[in-house]
Amino acid sequence: MTDTILESKPDLLVDYDRAEQGDLDTEELLINMGPQHPATHGVLRVVLRVDGEMVLEAVPHIGYLHRCAEKIGESLEPYQYIPYTDRLDYVSAMNQNHAFALAIERLCGIEVPGRASLIRVIFLELNRIASHLVTVGAYGLDMGAFTPFLYVFREREMILDLFEATCGARLTYSYITPGGVREDLADGFVDSCREFLDYFEPKIDDYNDLLSFNQIFVKRTGKVGVIPARDAIAYGLTGPCLRASGVRWDVRRAIPYEGYERFDFDIPIGLPGGTGNIPPGVVVGDSWCRYYVRVLEMRQSVRIIRQALDMLADTTPGEIMAKKVKNLKLPAGCEVYLETDNPRGSMGFYVQGDGTTVPSRVKARGPSFSNLCITTHVCRNVLIADIPAIVGSIDMVMGEVDR
Amino acid sequence: MTPEEISNLLRRTFGDAIEEVVLAGAHPYVVVQADRWPEVAQFLRRDRRLKFNLLRCISSLDLLPDDKLAAVYDLCAVPEATDDKPLVCPHEFAVRVVTNRGNPHIPSVADVWETANWHEREAYDLMGIVFDNHPDLRRILCPDDWQGHPLRKDYVFPKEYHGIPGTTEHELPSPRH
Repeated sequence: MTDTILESKPDLLVDYDRAEQGDLDTEELLINMGPQHPATHGVLRVVLRVDGEMVLEAVPHIGYLHRCAEKIGESLEPYQYIPYTDRLDYVSAMNQNHAFALAIERLCGIEVPGRASLIRVIFLELNRIASHLVTVGAYGLDMGAFTPFLYVFREREMILDLFEATCGARLTYSYITPGGVREDLADGFVDSCREFLDYFEPKIDDYNDLLSFNQIFVKRTGKVGVIPARDAIAYGLTGPCLRASGVRWDVRRAIPYEGYERFDFDIPIGLPGGTGNIPPGVVVGDSWCRYYVRVLEMRQSVRIIRQALDMLADTTPGEIMAKKVKNLKLPAGCEVYLETDNPRGSMGFYVQGDGTTVPSRVKARGPSFSNLCITTHVCRNVLIADIPAIVGSIDMVMGEVDR
Repeated sequence: MTPEEISNLLRRTFGDAIEEVVLAGAHPYVVVQADRWPEVAQFLRRDRRLKFNLLRCISSLDLLPDDKLAAVYDLCAVPEATDDKPLVCPHEFAVRVVTNRGNPHIPSVADVWETANWHEREAYDLMGIVFDNHPDLRRILCPDDWQGHPLRKDYVFPKEYHGIPGTTEHELPSPRH
Protein backbone atom coordinates (compact mmCIF):
# COMPACT_ATOMS: atom_id res chain seq x y z
CA MET A 1 0.00 0.00 0.00
CA THR A 2 2.67 2.45 1.09
CA ASP A 3 4.83 1.46 -1.84
CA THR A 4 2.13 2.29 -4.34
CA ILE A 5 1.59 5.76 -2.82
CA LEU A 6 5.29 6.47 -2.95
CA GLU A 7 5.59 5.20 -6.50
CA SER A 8 2.79 7.53 -7.58
CA LYS A 9 4.69 10.43 -6.03
CA PRO A 10 8.28 10.10 -7.16
CA ASP A 11 9.27 13.36 -5.33
CA LEU A 12 8.93 11.58 -2.00
CA LEU A 13 11.40 8.89 -2.93
CA VAL A 14 14.93 9.48 -1.76
CA ASP A 15 17.55 8.88 -4.34
CA TYR A 16 19.87 6.79 -2.18
CA ASP A 17 22.60 6.62 -4.79
CA ARG A 18 22.95 10.37 -4.83
CA ALA A 19 22.60 10.65 -1.06
CA GLU A 20 25.51 8.29 -0.58
CA GLN A 21 27.67 10.45 -2.77
CA GLY A 22 26.81 13.40 -0.53
CA ASP A 23 25.15 15.05 -3.48
CA LEU A 24 21.78 15.98 -2.01
CA ASP A 25 20.71 19.34 -3.34
CA THR A 26 20.48 21.82 -0.53
CA GLU A 27 18.25 24.78 -0.77
CA GLU A 28 18.09 27.88 1.37
CA LEU A 29 14.80 28.20 3.15
CA LEU A 30 13.21 31.03 5.09
CA ILE A 31 11.56 29.94 8.33
CA ASN A 32 9.40 32.27 10.33
CA MET A 33 9.71 31.71 14.06
CA GLY A 34 7.18 33.61 16.11
CA PRO A 35 5.67 36.09 16.91
CA GLN A 36 3.62 33.41 18.66
CA HIS A 37 6.20 30.80 19.60
CA PRO A 38 6.76 29.29 23.04
CA ALA A 39 10.55 29.68 22.83
CA THR A 40 10.59 33.38 21.94
CA HIS A 41 9.23 34.53 25.32
CA GLY A 42 6.48 36.78 24.09
CA VAL A 43 5.83 38.40 20.77
CA LEU A 44 9.26 38.24 19.17
CA ARG A 45 9.51 37.16 15.57
CA VAL A 46 12.78 35.78 14.24
CA VAL A 47 13.16 35.11 10.53
CA LEU A 48 15.65 32.31 9.99
CA ARG A 49 17.44 31.68 6.72
CA VAL A 50 18.35 28.01 6.96
CA ASP A 51 20.21 25.46 4.92
CA GLY A 52 19.00 22.12 6.25
CA GLU A 53 19.47 22.28 10.02
CA MET A 54 21.99 25.10 9.77
CA VAL A 55 20.91 28.66 10.46
CA LEU A 56 22.72 31.01 8.09
CA GLU A 57 21.10 34.16 9.36
CA ALA A 58 18.58 35.09 12.03
CA VAL A 59 16.88 38.46 11.81
CA PRO A 60 14.72 39.50 14.76
CA HIS A 61 11.63 41.64 14.12
CA ILE A 62 10.29 43.52 17.10
CA GLY A 63 7.59 46.08 17.81
CA TYR A 64 4.52 43.86 18.25
CA LEU A 65 4.01 45.24 21.75
CA HIS A 66 4.87 48.84 20.96
CA ARG A 67 2.66 51.44 22.62
CA CYS A 68 5.05 54.40 22.56
CA ALA A 69 5.54 54.49 26.31
CA GLU A 70 7.95 57.41 25.88
CA LYS A 71 5.24 59.58 24.34
CA ILE A 72 2.94 58.72 27.26
CA GLY A 73 5.69 59.86 29.62
CA GLU A 74 5.69 63.27 27.95
CA SER A 75 2.05 63.88 28.84
CA LEU A 76 2.03 62.68 32.45
CA GLU A 77 3.48 63.85 35.75
CA PRO A 78 6.21 61.57 37.11
CA TYR A 79 3.82 60.13 39.70
CA GLN A 80 1.28 59.23 37.08
CA TYR A 81 3.95 57.64 34.91
CA ILE A 82 5.14 55.19 37.57
CA PRO A 83 2.40 52.60 36.74
CA TYR A 84 3.50 52.74 33.12
CA THR A 85 7.08 51.90 34.08
CA ASP A 86 5.70 48.75 35.76
CA ARG A 87 4.50 47.61 32.40
CA LEU A 88 7.84 48.00 30.65
CA ASP A 89 9.58 45.02 32.24
CA TYR A 90 6.69 43.46 34.12
CA VAL A 91 8.87 40.65 35.50
CA SER A 92 10.94 43.12 37.54
CA ALA A 93 8.50 46.00 38.03
CA MET A 94 10.14 47.21 41.27
CA ASN A 95 13.42 47.81 39.46
CA GLN A 96 11.62 49.70 36.70
CA ASN A 97 9.80 51.94 39.18
CA HIS A 98 13.08 52.60 40.89
CA ALA A 99 15.02 53.47 37.72
CA PHE A 100 12.50 56.16 36.81
CA ALA A 101 12.06 57.44 40.38
CA LEU A 102 15.83 57.77 40.75
CA ALA A 103 16.12 59.78 37.52
CA ILE A 104 13.42 62.20 38.72
CA GLU A 105 15.11 62.50 42.13
CA ARG A 106 18.47 63.29 40.52
CA LEU A 107 16.81 65.86 38.25
CA CYS A 108 15.02 67.66 41.09
CA GLY A 109 17.66 67.11 43.79
CA ILE A 110 15.44 65.11 46.13
CA GLU A 111 17.03 63.36 49.09
CA VAL A 112 15.44 60.03 50.01
CA PRO A 113 15.16 59.18 53.75
CA GLY A 114 17.46 56.41 54.99
CA ARG A 115 14.67 53.98 55.79
CA ALA A 116 13.07 54.39 52.37
CA SER A 117 16.43 53.77 50.75
CA LEU A 118 16.91 50.51 52.67
CA ILE A 119 13.37 49.34 51.92
CA ARG A 120 14.09 50.04 48.28
CA VAL A 121 17.25 47.94 48.32
CA ILE A 122 15.40 45.04 49.99
CA PHE A 123 12.59 45.13 47.46
CA LEU A 124 14.90 45.61 44.49
CA GLU A 125 16.94 42.57 45.43
CA LEU A 126 13.85 40.49 46.23
CA ASN A 127 12.53 41.38 42.81
CA ARG A 128 15.88 40.47 41.28
CA ILE A 129 15.58 37.01 42.85
CA ALA A 130 11.97 36.67 41.65
CA SER A 131 12.95 37.74 38.16
CA HIS A 132 15.95 35.42 37.98
CA LEU A 133 13.73 32.57 39.20
CA VAL A 134 11.43 33.13 36.24
CA THR A 135 14.43 33.23 33.91
CA VAL A 136 15.96 30.06 35.32
CA GLY A 137 12.65 28.20 35.23
CA ALA A 138 11.62 29.35 31.80
CA TYR A 139 15.06 28.63 30.38
CA GLY A 140 14.85 25.09 31.70
CA LEU A 141 11.45 24.84 30.07
CA ASP A 142 12.92 25.97 26.74
CA MET A 143 15.51 23.22 27.04
CA GLY A 144 12.89 20.59 27.83
CA ALA A 145 13.17 20.44 31.63
CA PHE A 146 9.72 20.97 33.05
CA THR A 147 10.26 20.16 36.74
CA PRO A 148 12.55 23.07 37.78
CA PHE A 149 9.95 25.47 36.44
CA LEU A 150 7.45 24.28 39.04
CA TYR A 151 9.97 24.56 41.88
CA VAL A 152 11.10 28.08 41.03
CA PHE A 153 7.52 29.28 40.79
CA ARG A 154 6.86 27.88 44.25
CA GLU A 155 9.66 30.05 45.65
CA ARG A 156 8.71 33.06 43.55
CA GLU A 157 5.21 32.84 44.97
CA MET A 158 6.64 33.45 48.46
CA ILE A 159 8.36 36.62 47.28
CA LEU A 160 5.14 37.80 45.68
CA ASP A 161 3.37 37.18 48.99
CA LEU A 162 5.94 39.38 50.73
CA PHE A 163 5.35 42.12 48.15
CA GLU A 164 1.60 41.75 48.43
CA ALA A 165 1.65 42.12 52.21
CA THR A 166 3.43 45.48 51.93
CA CYS A 167 2.18 47.10 48.75
CA GLY A 168 -0.94 45.14 47.83
CA ALA A 169 0.17 44.15 44.34
CA ARG A 170 1.75 40.99 43.02
CA LEU A 171 3.07 41.95 39.60
CA THR A 172 2.82 45.66 38.85
CA TYR A 173 3.69 47.31 42.13
CA SER A 174 3.97 51.07 41.55
CA TYR A 175 5.55 50.95 44.99
CA ILE A 176 8.74 52.95 44.57
CA THR A 177 7.89 56.53 43.66
CA PRO A 178 9.99 59.71 43.38
CA GLY A 179 10.92 60.68 46.94
CA GLY A 180 10.72 57.28 48.60
CA VAL A 181 8.29 54.40 48.80
CA ARG A 182 4.51 54.49 49.07
CA GLU A 183 3.90 52.46 52.23
CA ASP A 184 5.98 51.41 55.19
CA LEU A 185 6.75 47.73 55.60
CA ALA A 186 3.88 45.45 56.62
CA ASP A 187 3.80 44.20 60.21
CA GLY A 188 6.15 41.28 60.69
CA PHE A 189 7.82 41.82 57.30
CA VAL A 190 11.36 41.60 58.65
CA ASP A 191 10.73 38.24 60.31
CA SER A 192 8.91 36.70 57.39
CA CYS A 193 11.59 37.99 55.02
CA ARG A 194 14.35 36.40 57.11
CA GLU A 195 12.33 33.20 57.26
CA PHE A 196 12.06 33.21 53.48
CA LEU A 197 15.81 33.82 53.00
CA ASP A 198 16.65 30.92 55.33
CA TYR A 199 14.29 28.71 53.41
CA PHE A 200 15.40 29.93 49.98
CA GLU A 201 19.18 29.79 50.19
CA PRO A 202 19.49 25.96 50.29
CA LYS A 203 16.99 25.74 47.44
CA ILE A 204 19.59 27.21 45.08
CA ASP A 205 21.58 23.98 45.48
CA ASP A 206 18.48 22.08 44.43
CA TYR A 207 18.25 24.07 41.22
CA ASN A 208 21.89 23.34 40.55
CA ASP A 209 21.33 19.62 41.05
CA LEU A 210 18.18 19.60 38.98
CA LEU A 211 19.19 21.86 36.14
CA SER A 212 22.52 23.73 36.19
CA PHE A 213 24.76 20.66 36.28
CA ASN A 214 22.32 18.34 34.52
CA GLN A 215 24.30 16.78 31.71
CA ILE A 216 21.55 17.14 29.11
CA PHE A 217 21.15 20.82 29.97
CA VAL A 218 24.90 21.45 29.86
CA LYS A 219 25.12 19.76 26.45
CA ARG A 220 22.31 21.89 25.10
CA THR A 221 23.74 25.20 26.34
CA GLY A 222 27.52 24.78 26.71
CA LYS A 223 29.61 26.35 23.93
CA VAL A 224 26.40 27.56 22.30
CA GLY A 225 26.15 31.22 21.33
CA VAL A 226 29.56 32.25 22.63
CA ILE A 227 29.89 36.05 22.93
CA PRO A 228 33.44 37.35 23.49
CA ALA A 229 33.78 40.26 25.93
CA ARG A 230 34.79 42.65 23.15
CA ASP A 231 31.63 41.96 21.14
CA ALA A 232 29.48 42.11 24.24
CA ILE A 233 30.63 45.66 24.99
CA ALA A 234 30.45 46.80 21.36
CA TYR A 235 26.85 45.58 21.08
CA GLY A 236 25.92 47.33 24.30
CA LEU A 237 25.20 44.20 26.34
CA THR A 238 24.79 44.79 30.05
CA GLY A 239 23.79 42.86 33.13
CA PRO A 240 24.18 39.07 33.33
CA CYS A 241 24.76 38.83 29.55
CA LEU A 242 27.84 41.05 29.79
CA ARG A 243 29.08 39.51 33.03
CA ALA A 244 28.78 36.01 31.57
CA SER A 245 31.38 37.12 29.02
CA GLY A 246 33.81 37.69 31.87
CA VAL A 247 33.43 41.45 32.36
CA ARG A 248 32.93 42.31 36.02
CA TRP A 249 30.74 45.32 35.23
CA ASP A 250 27.79 46.09 37.45
CA VAL A 251 26.34 49.59 37.70
CA ARG A 252 25.72 48.99 41.40
CA ARG A 253 29.52 48.99 41.82
CA ALA A 254 30.70 50.92 38.75
CA ILE A 255 28.55 54.04 39.33
CA PRO A 256 26.94 53.38 42.73
CA TYR A 257 23.42 54.59 43.47
CA GLU A 258 20.93 54.05 46.31
CA GLY A 259 23.79 53.45 48.72
CA TYR A 260 24.89 50.13 47.22
CA GLU A 261 28.44 50.97 48.27
CA ARG A 262 27.35 50.22 51.87
CA PHE A 263 26.78 46.55 51.11
CA ASP A 264 29.25 43.74 50.86
CA PHE A 265 28.57 41.56 47.83
CA ASP A 266 30.42 39.95 44.96
CA ILE A 267 29.76 40.29 41.26
CA PRO A 268 29.68 36.83 39.70
CA ILE A 269 31.06 36.53 36.17
CA GLY A 270 31.12 33.79 33.58
CA LEU A 271 33.22 30.83 34.70
CA PRO A 272 34.30 32.13 38.10
CA GLY A 273 37.53 30.62 39.29
CA GLY A 274 37.63 28.73 42.53
CA THR A 275 33.93 27.94 42.92
CA GLY A 276 34.51 24.35 41.91
CA ASN A 277 32.20 21.99 40.04
CA ILE A 278 32.09 23.82 36.72
CA PRO A 279 30.91 21.18 34.29
CA PRO A 280 33.17 20.22 31.38
CA GLY A 281 32.11 21.52 28.00
CA VAL A 282 31.31 25.12 28.89
CA VAL A 283 33.33 28.21 27.94
CA VAL A 284 33.27 31.85 28.97
CA GLY A 285 30.42 33.75 27.34
CA ASP A 286 28.27 30.82 26.26
CA SER A 287 24.58 30.31 26.98
CA TRP A 288 25.29 28.18 30.03
CA CYS A 289 27.34 30.99 31.60
CA ARG A 290 24.57 33.50 30.97
CA TYR A 291 22.25 31.13 32.78
CA TYR A 292 24.60 30.30 35.62
CA VAL A 293 25.55 33.92 36.37
CA ARG A 294 21.89 34.47 37.26
CA VAL A 295 21.93 31.54 39.68
CA LEU A 296 25.03 32.97 41.38
CA GLU A 297 23.49 36.44 41.50
CA MET A 298 20.55 35.14 43.52
CA ARG A 299 22.96 34.17 46.30
CA GLN A 300 24.48 37.67 46.28
CA SER A 301 21.02 39.22 46.45
CA VAL A 302 20.29 37.14 49.53
CA ARG A 303 23.49 38.53 51.10
CA ILE A 304 22.48 42.11 50.33
CA ILE A 305 18.96 41.66 51.73
CA ARG A 306 20.30 40.18 54.97
CA GLN A 307 22.58 43.20 55.48
CA ALA A 308 19.79 45.64 54.65
CA LEU A 309 17.42 43.96 57.09
CA ASP A 310 20.06 44.36 59.83
CA MET A 311 20.46 48.05 59.01
CA LEU A 312 16.70 48.62 59.18
CA ALA A 313 16.83 48.37 62.98
CA ASP A 314 18.59 51.77 63.17
CA THR A 315 15.88 53.65 61.24
CA THR A 316 12.68 55.27 62.39
CA PRO A 317 9.50 53.57 61.16
CA GLY A 318 7.34 55.89 59.09
CA GLU A 319 10.17 57.91 57.52
CA ILE A 320 9.57 56.69 54.04
CA MET A 321 8.96 59.79 51.95
CA ALA A 322 11.03 62.89 51.26
CA LYS A 323 9.48 66.25 52.05
CA LYS A 324 8.15 68.54 49.33
CA VAL A 325 7.51 66.10 46.57
CA LYS A 326 3.94 67.16 45.82
CA ASN A 327 3.43 69.13 42.59
CA LEU A 328 7.02 68.64 41.67
CA LYS A 329 8.21 71.14 39.07
CA LEU A 330 10.95 69.75 36.86
CA PRO A 331 13.53 72.50 36.38
CA ALA A 332 13.58 74.04 32.91
CA GLY A 333 16.48 73.17 30.64
CA CYS A 334 17.75 70.49 33.01
CA GLU A 335 18.26 66.95 31.91
CA VAL A 336 19.55 63.75 33.39
CA TYR A 337 20.55 60.30 32.21
CA LEU A 338 20.77 57.65 34.85
CA GLU A 339 21.30 53.91 34.74
CA THR A 340 20.47 51.30 37.34
CA ASP A 341 21.34 47.62 37.33
CA ASN A 342 18.15 45.70 36.69
CA PRO A 343 17.94 41.90 36.58
CA ARG A 344 18.27 42.07 32.78
CA GLY A 345 20.95 44.74 32.57
CA SER A 346 21.30 48.50 32.77
CA MET A 347 17.98 50.28 32.70
CA GLY A 348 18.49 53.90 31.78
CA PHE A 349 16.13 56.85 31.84
CA TYR A 350 16.82 60.10 30.08
CA VAL A 351 14.50 62.80 31.44
CA GLN A 352 14.34 66.43 30.40
CA GLY A 353 12.39 69.07 32.30
CA ASP A 354 10.84 72.28 30.97
CA GLY A 355 9.75 74.07 34.15
CA THR A 356 6.33 72.42 34.34
CA THR A 357 5.23 69.34 36.26
CA VAL A 358 5.35 67.23 33.09
CA PRO A 359 8.72 66.25 31.57
CA SER A 360 9.33 67.37 28.01
CA ARG A 361 11.16 64.16 27.12
CA VAL A 362 11.29 60.74 28.70
CA LYS A 363 13.52 58.18 27.04
CA ALA A 364 13.73 54.64 28.35
CA ARG A 365 16.83 52.65 27.50
CA GLY A 366 15.77 49.06 27.92
CA PRO A 367 18.45 46.46 28.68
CA SER A 368 16.59 43.76 26.74
CA PHE A 369 16.41 46.00 23.67
CA SER A 370 20.16 46.48 23.65
CA ASN A 371 20.88 42.86 24.53
CA LEU A 372 18.67 41.58 21.75
CA CYS A 373 20.51 43.48 19.01
CA ILE A 374 23.37 40.97 19.15
CA THR A 375 21.04 38.14 18.00
CA THR A 376 21.92 38.37 14.30
CA HIS A 377 25.62 38.49 15.07
CA VAL A 378 25.63 35.47 17.38
CA CYS A 379 23.02 33.28 15.62
CA ARG A 380 25.17 32.62 12.58
CA ASN A 381 26.04 29.05 11.58
CA VAL A 382 24.27 27.47 14.51
CA LEU A 383 21.66 24.71 14.52
CA ILE A 384 17.97 25.56 14.57
CA ALA A 385 17.73 23.86 17.98
CA ASP A 386 20.35 26.31 19.29
CA ILE A 387 18.16 29.33 18.56
CA PRO A 388 15.92 28.83 21.62
CA ALA A 389 19.05 28.20 23.69
CA ILE A 390 20.63 31.48 22.61
CA VAL A 391 17.52 33.67 22.55
CA GLY A 392 16.38 32.25 25.89
CA SER A 393 19.75 32.91 27.51
CA ILE A 394 19.61 36.56 26.47
CA ASP A 395 16.38 36.62 28.48
CA MET A 396 14.37 39.52 27.16
CA VAL A 397 10.98 40.77 28.24
CA MET A 398 9.21 42.05 25.16
CA GLY A 399 7.27 44.70 27.07
CA GLU A 400 10.54 46.52 27.60
CA VAL A 401 12.04 45.76 24.17
CA ASP A 402 9.04 47.26 22.38
CA ARG A 403 8.10 49.87 24.95
CA MET B 1 38.65 62.22 33.56
CA THR B 2 36.20 64.89 34.62
CA PRO B 3 33.63 66.21 32.12
CA GLU B 4 35.59 69.47 32.02
CA GLU B 5 38.83 67.73 31.04
CA ILE B 6 37.02 65.68 28.39
CA SER B 7 35.40 68.75 26.84
CA ASN B 8 38.72 70.63 26.87
CA LEU B 9 40.41 67.69 25.17
CA LEU B 10 37.70 67.60 22.51
CA ARG B 11 37.94 71.38 22.02
CA ARG B 12 41.72 71.18 21.58
CA THR B 13 41.47 68.29 19.14
CA PHE B 14 38.49 69.31 17.05
CA GLY B 15 38.21 73.09 17.48
CA ASP B 16 35.17 74.39 15.62
CA ALA B 17 33.48 70.99 15.44
CA ILE B 18 32.60 71.39 19.13
CA GLU B 19 29.84 74.00 18.95
CA GLU B 20 28.88 74.25 22.58
CA VAL B 21 29.94 72.92 25.97
CA VAL B 22 27.33 72.50 28.71
CA LEU B 23 28.87 71.43 32.00
CA ALA B 24 26.30 72.71 34.49
CA GLY B 25 23.70 70.31 35.84
CA ALA B 26 23.53 66.56 36.25
CA HIS B 27 24.18 65.74 32.61
CA PRO B 28 27.26 67.45 31.13
CA TYR B 29 27.53 67.26 27.37
CA VAL B 30 29.07 68.87 24.29
CA VAL B 31 27.30 69.76 21.07
CA VAL B 32 29.12 68.38 18.04
CA GLN B 33 28.68 69.61 14.48
CA ALA B 34 26.74 66.94 12.55
CA ASP B 35 29.15 66.41 9.62
CA ARG B 36 32.21 66.07 11.92
CA TRP B 37 30.44 63.64 14.26
CA PRO B 38 31.84 60.30 12.91
CA GLU B 39 35.36 61.67 13.29
CA VAL B 40 34.68 62.75 16.89
CA ALA B 41 32.98 59.42 17.60
CA GLN B 42 36.02 57.48 16.38
CA PHE B 43 38.21 59.62 18.62
CA LEU B 44 35.97 59.07 21.66
CA ARG B 45 36.00 55.34 21.03
CA ARG B 46 39.70 54.89 20.23
CA ASP B 47 41.63 57.56 22.12
CA ARG B 48 43.68 55.96 24.87
CA ARG B 49 42.72 58.56 27.45
CA LEU B 50 38.97 58.25 26.79
CA LYS B 51 38.17 54.74 25.50
CA PHE B 52 34.40 55.20 25.49
CA ASN B 53 33.68 51.65 24.42
CA LEU B 54 30.10 51.41 25.67
CA LEU B 55 27.37 53.41 23.92
CA ARG B 56 24.63 53.29 26.49
CA CYS B 57 21.79 55.09 24.82
CA ILE B 58 20.78 57.33 21.94
CA SER B 59 17.95 59.66 22.95
CA SER B 60 16.33 61.65 20.19
CA LEU B 61 15.00 65.10 21.03
CA ASP B 62 12.52 67.38 19.33
CA LEU B 63 13.57 71.00 19.88
CA LEU B 64 10.44 72.46 18.30
CA PRO B 65 10.92 76.11 19.37
CA ASP B 66 14.37 76.17 17.68
CA ASP B 67 13.06 74.20 14.70
CA LYS B 68 15.72 71.53 15.32
CA LEU B 69 15.99 67.82 16.09
CA ALA B 70 18.80 66.35 18.16
CA ALA B 71 20.29 63.02 19.14
CA VAL B 72 21.95 62.59 22.52
CA TYR B 73 24.62 59.90 22.77
CA ASP B 74 25.35 58.70 26.29
CA LEU B 75 28.75 57.09 26.60
CA CYS B 76 30.71 55.40 29.30
CA ALA B 77 34.00 53.57 29.52
CA VAL B 78 34.24 49.97 30.67
CA PRO B 79 37.87 49.52 31.75
CA GLU B 80 39.82 46.36 31.22
CA ALA B 81 40.10 44.12 34.24
CA THR B 82 43.46 44.01 35.98
CA ASP B 83 42.40 41.94 38.99
CA ASP B 84 39.29 40.27 40.41
CA LYS B 85 37.84 43.51 41.76
CA PRO B 86 34.57 44.91 40.36
CA LEU B 87 35.14 47.43 37.59
CA VAL B 88 34.63 51.09 38.44
CA CYS B 89 33.52 53.54 35.77
CA PRO B 90 36.39 55.99 35.11
CA HIS B 91 34.23 58.51 33.27
CA GLU B 92 30.90 59.00 31.55
CA PHE B 93 29.98 61.70 29.10
CA ALA B 94 27.33 62.72 26.61
CA VAL B 95 27.36 64.21 23.13
CA ARG B 96 24.53 66.02 21.46
CA VAL B 97 24.26 66.32 17.69
CA VAL B 98 21.75 68.87 16.42
CA THR B 99 20.21 68.88 12.96
CA ASN B 100 17.54 70.75 11.01
CA ARG B 101 13.94 69.79 11.56
CA GLY B 102 13.00 70.10 7.89
CA ASN B 103 15.79 67.89 6.54
CA PRO B 104 17.23 65.98 9.51
CA HIS B 105 20.43 64.14 8.64
CA ILE B 106 23.07 62.84 11.07
CA PRO B 107 25.91 60.52 10.02
CA SER B 108 25.57 57.02 11.42
CA VAL B 109 28.05 55.71 14.00
CA ALA B 110 26.98 52.07 13.67
CA ASP B 111 30.51 51.23 12.49
CA VAL B 112 31.98 52.75 15.66
CA TRP B 113 29.60 51.15 18.16
CA GLU B 114 27.61 48.18 16.78
CA THR B 115 24.81 48.79 19.24
CA ALA B 116 24.07 52.11 17.51
CA ASN B 117 22.47 50.11 14.71
CA TRP B 118 19.23 49.46 16.59
CA HIS B 119 19.26 52.69 18.59
CA GLU B 120 19.56 54.74 15.40
CA ARG B 121 16.79 52.75 13.78
CA GLU B 122 14.63 53.57 16.78
CA ALA B 123 15.43 57.28 16.56
CA TYR B 124 14.66 57.17 12.82
CA ASP B 125 11.38 55.38 13.43
CA LEU B 126 10.05 57.48 16.28
CA MET B 127 11.66 60.87 15.61
CA GLY B 128 12.37 60.78 11.89
CA ILE B 129 16.10 61.51 12.02
CA VAL B 130 17.83 60.05 8.94
CA PHE B 131 21.17 58.46 9.81
CA ASP B 132 23.38 58.59 6.73
CA ASN B 133 25.44 55.48 5.87
CA HIS B 134 23.43 53.34 8.25
CA PRO B 135 23.66 49.66 7.16
CA ASP B 136 19.96 48.94 7.50
CA LEU B 137 17.82 52.01 8.16
CA ARG B 138 14.26 50.67 8.50
CA ARG B 139 11.51 51.29 10.98
CA ILE B 140 11.99 49.07 14.02
CA LEU B 141 9.07 49.51 16.41
CA CYS B 142 6.25 50.87 14.22
CA PRO B 143 4.94 48.96 11.19
CA ASP B 144 6.71 49.68 7.90
CA ASP B 145 3.74 51.56 6.46
CA TRP B 146 3.20 53.80 9.50
CA GLN B 147 2.74 57.48 8.69
CA GLY B 148 4.79 60.09 10.55
CA HIS B 149 7.10 59.92 13.54
CA PRO B 150 5.24 59.64 16.86
CA LEU B 151 7.74 61.34 19.17
CA ARG B 152 7.71 64.65 17.28
CA LYS B 153 5.94 67.33 19.23
CA ASP B 154 3.65 68.20 16.31
CA TYR B 155 2.71 64.59 15.58
CA VAL B 156 -0.97 64.14 14.82
CA PHE B 157 -2.50 60.98 16.22
CA PRO B 158 -3.97 58.96 13.30
CA LYS B 159 -7.73 58.50 13.30
CA GLU B 160 -7.53 55.25 11.40
CA TYR B 161 -5.00 52.54 10.56
CA HIS B 162 -5.97 49.74 8.14
CA GLY B 163 -9.60 50.01 9.15
CA ILE B 164 -8.79 50.09 12.89
CA PRO B 165 -10.38 53.25 14.29
CA GLY B 166 -8.31 55.36 16.66
CA THR B 167 -10.24 57.69 18.88
CA THR B 168 -8.66 59.99 21.41
CA GLU B 169 -9.96 61.41 24.60
CA HIS B 170 -11.97 64.60 23.91
CA GLU B 171 -11.02 64.25 20.24
CA LEU B 172 -7.62 65.82 20.90
CA PRO B 173 -5.11 65.46 18.06
CA SER B 174 -2.44 64.48 20.58
CA PRO B 175 -3.93 62.34 23.33
CA ARG B 176 -3.18 63.15 26.94
CA HIS B 177 -3.29 60.05 29.04
